This record gives sequence, C-alpha cells and structure tokens, in this order.
Amino acid sequence: MKRERLVDIREGCIVRGGRHILDRVDVVVHKGEIVTLVGPNGAGKSTLVRVALGLEKLDGGTFHRTPGIKIGYQPQKIALDRTLPLSVRRFMTLTQAASDAEVKEALNEVAVPHLMEASVHTLSGGEWQRVKLARAVLRRPDLLVVDEPTQNVDTTGAVEIYQIIARLRAATGCGVLMVSHDLNVVMAATDQVYCLNSHICCAGHPADVSRDAEFQRLFGPAAATTLAIYPHSHDHSHAPDGSVQGGHAHPGHDHHHHHYPH
Amino acid sequence: METLLDSFAARALLAGLGVALVTGPLGCFVVWRRMAYFGDTLSHAGLLGVALGLALGVDPAVGIIATGLVIALLLIALQHQRRLPADTLLGILSHSALALGLIAVSFMEQVRFDLMGYLFGDILAVANDDLLWIAGACLAVLPTLAFIWRRLIALTVDQDVALAEGAGHISVRIAFMVLMALTVAVAMKIVGILLVTALLIIPAAAARRFATSPEGMAAGAALIGMAAVAGGIAASFAWDTPSGPSVVTAAALLFALSLAAGGALRRA
Repeated sequence: MKRERLVDIREGCIVRGGRHILDRVDVVVHKGEIVTLVGPNGAGKSTLVRVALGLEKLDGGTFHRTPGIKIGYQPQKIALDRTLPLSVRRFMTLTQAASDAEVKEALNEVAVPHLMEASVHTLSGGEWQRVKLARAVLRRPDLLVVDEPTQNVDTTGAVEIYQIIARLRAATGCGVLMVSHDLNVVMAATDQVYCLNSHICCAGHPADVSRDAEFQRLFGPAAATTLAIYPHSHDHSHAPDGSVQGGHAHPGHDHHHHHYPH
Repeated sequence: METLLDSFAARALLAGLGVALVTGPLGCFVVWRRMAYFGDTLSHAGLLGVALGLALGVDPAVGIIATGLVIALLLIALQHQRRLPADTLLGILSHSALALGLIAVSFMEQVRFDLMGYLFGDILAVANDDLLWIAGACLAVLPTLAFIWRRLIALTVDQDVALAEGAGHISVRIAFMVLMALTVAVAMKIVGILLVTALLIIPAAAARRFATSPEGMAAGAALIGMAAVAGGIAASFAWDTPSGPSVVTAAALLFALSLAAGGALRRA
C-alpha cells in the first residue's frame, strides 16, 4: 500500500543574492514517518523547513502539501519580548483552544506539569524546549515540524525528547519533519535521513546514510562510527522510501544489534 | 462663565479618556512588537495629512487617517524586500513625511493654521465634532481589536508559528496597522504630533510591572492612561500648563511610580 505523502518537494530551489540556498532538493515526508534533516551550519536546513511550513516560496521546483492538514511547529528559537507577560498555560493555547486538563496532560508528557502557571520568561533553556514541544504536541498535528528540539538540553533530556516525538508518531500516526544536530541520538529514532548541504548529499535509512562517503566527509568518520553502533537491521536493504520501525535510543549502546520485526 | 468652563473641561476630559482607552491596549502591542518608531512615523506623517486635508477642503482628521494608512501599507510593502531593516525604512518614511508636511504647511499662509496646536495638541480646545471623531474611533478600534486579539497575540509571540499553524494571516497585521493609523489620528488631538507615541508606550510600560497576562496588561495600560489624562488636565487647569505635555508628564510620573511599586512588590 502506498503511504500518503504529506509533504512532497521536488527539485526545490531557493536562490538568495545569486547563491543557491537550496539546490534541486527532493524531500518527501509520508504519513507516520519520522524524517530527519542533518547537515552543517548554513546548509539550508531551516530554509527547507520553512518551505515545508509554507513560509517560504520556492524559486524553482515544486512543493506540494496535503491540503487542510494540521501543522504543529516547534521553532528553534522564539524571540519573545520580555515585556509581553505570558504564562506557560497561555502559551500552550496560543494557536488553539484546549482545556486545562488537556494542557496539563501535554505538560505531563514532557515531564514539566509543575510549570503550568509559571511565566515563560522564568523557564530554563531545557524547560522552554519541553514546553515548546508540548505546545506543538497538544495540537495533535498531522505534520509535526521540529527545528533543533534539543538545544540547551542534556543528553538524557535529548533522548527523552526524541522518545516523546516517537510516542506521538506511534499514537497519532502523524508525519514528523525534524532538524537535528544530535547525530548520535536522533539517528536511532528516525526512519529517513536527508543529509543536506544546499543539495541533498545522501538520503535513506540512517544505517545506509552513515556509510555514505559524502556523509562521512561532511561529518567525519567519527560520526559514522557513532551511527554504526546504533540499532539497525542488516538483513534488509532499504529503498529511499522504505519503512522501518523507529527504534529506541540507547545512549552508550555497544555493538549488539537489535533486529526489529518488519 | 462657569458652565462654559465646565463644558470645555468636561469635553477635554471625555476626549482624553476616550483616547486613553484605545491607546492603552494598542500601545501594549507597540511595546511588545517594538514599534515605538512606527508610532512616531505615523504621527510625523500626520502633519502632511493635516496640510492635505486643508488643501482639499476636508476635515484634517480625514487627511491624517489617509496618510497614516498610506504609510502603514508602504511599510508592509517595503518590509517584503529584506535589504533594509525596519528602523531604517521607518526613518526614511518618517522624516520624508515630516519634511513634506512642513513644506506643505508653508504654502498655507492664507489659511489660519495653528501649527503649535498640531505639534503639541490642545486638549482644552476640543470641539464637539472632535468628540464625535474620538467616539467613532473608540467604537471602530476596540471591537476590531477584540476580534483580532488572539491571532494578533499569536503573531506577536512568534510570527512563523502563527502563520505556519494557520493562526495568523497577513490581513491581521494590516488590520492592526489600520487601527494604529486611526488611533494616532485621534490621539494627535490630545497630545499633538510630537507626543503621540508617549501615550502609546508609557501607560503600557507602566502596566507591565503588574501584569501576568497580555489581557491584564492591556486593561492596566488603559487605566493608567486614563489616570494620566485626568491628572494632566487637572494640572493644566491648576497651573495653566500646556495640556498635551502635562498629560505626558503625568504618564511619566505614573511610570516612575510603577517602577517603585514594582520594586516594593518584588521585595514583599
């Protein structure tokens, strides 16, 4: 059965000042799939996210998104002016109505239920990331878009955040488009990786991408080794749109390979 | 004589309270969105609007609103090109409009033109049709602001999130700009072109200390603005000081008080 494509970017180009920010980029996010964008700084990851969100128009190529789907967006930064008084509860219902019980439950999912009445200006970096994720999750989106969800979060917290995203996907079957720098953690929790450096260097299942020569050149052999120790099955080759169950992240995992039922 | 005094004092107070009711909530957005300079630009363009209104033989308020709308739409259009930052664009718009306004005014020697009244406002000279303008502005601005409130807050917290999640639209921003133009046009009557922005930002800044929600801050700003108007008019009567600057000075005093009270609250 062919899975529904939520986002479909073909030959996407964005040119700014004569420079290609995005160069003939093909990215697809299916329903129920976690797609991760990795790449060096200035590779155009955030721009690609903005295209998927409909905030940026392509200069070339085509962009298609299933009409009428509900979007949940967790931006990398929210530059909230300190003069705007805002409680976590109010922030959670910024773009949608929700009952107190629903807000509480969403905050519970990210393990910060005690922050409901706190001012958002008093949150630490890690708490803010969790609250931002809870807000996007509360929307029960069809497509969750998260840009660097683990900035200012320690490794344990990062693993937890990717687990929350995986749980939401499992519970609602939403598609996820994610930008991440945490190569070692995120790879275990993703179905499809696009390695971006203006153009798509390589794409596919994390295990395959980590063996790609261009990926190794961009991130160094160390990154590839880190990835190789993560659970993946060797008895399958993966088509670019091959579906693989998202794994659980185990930091410090050694070379025992987990074989997931397919 | 006493009834005359009563009636123009009452008119001044009514006009000032009406304006403060609108500038309070709107001023909060000016503070949150860091648009103080936008308020200045609108009011500087107001002089050009007055001159155009007089030249075309329509009410100056119509001219002010019209130029304000043009400035607001120009700014939105210009922001879409990203070569120049917003404050540079505003500086260009603001000062070109002011310069054009001063040139236009210089052609109006034959018209009786109270430049000082427009620059500094003359709340004690508020006439009945001014009151009608202000009442009309309140009736137009407050319900519209209430209608777009949630979306405007979402856009203010994070424009990308609001747009991506379908909770905001460019039309909301345009509506806000139109409300600003209307508000500045009527506020000029009270405090004059040079001091309009004060009525937008000082009450809002004073209310910040006590507010825990955007709505609370908007209500607080309206109340503080109204108190400043009442205090300023009273002072103007008592000591024969110019009315517009007196209102602004009263607002500044209330802001200073809010700092002290906020500090005391924090220690408590």
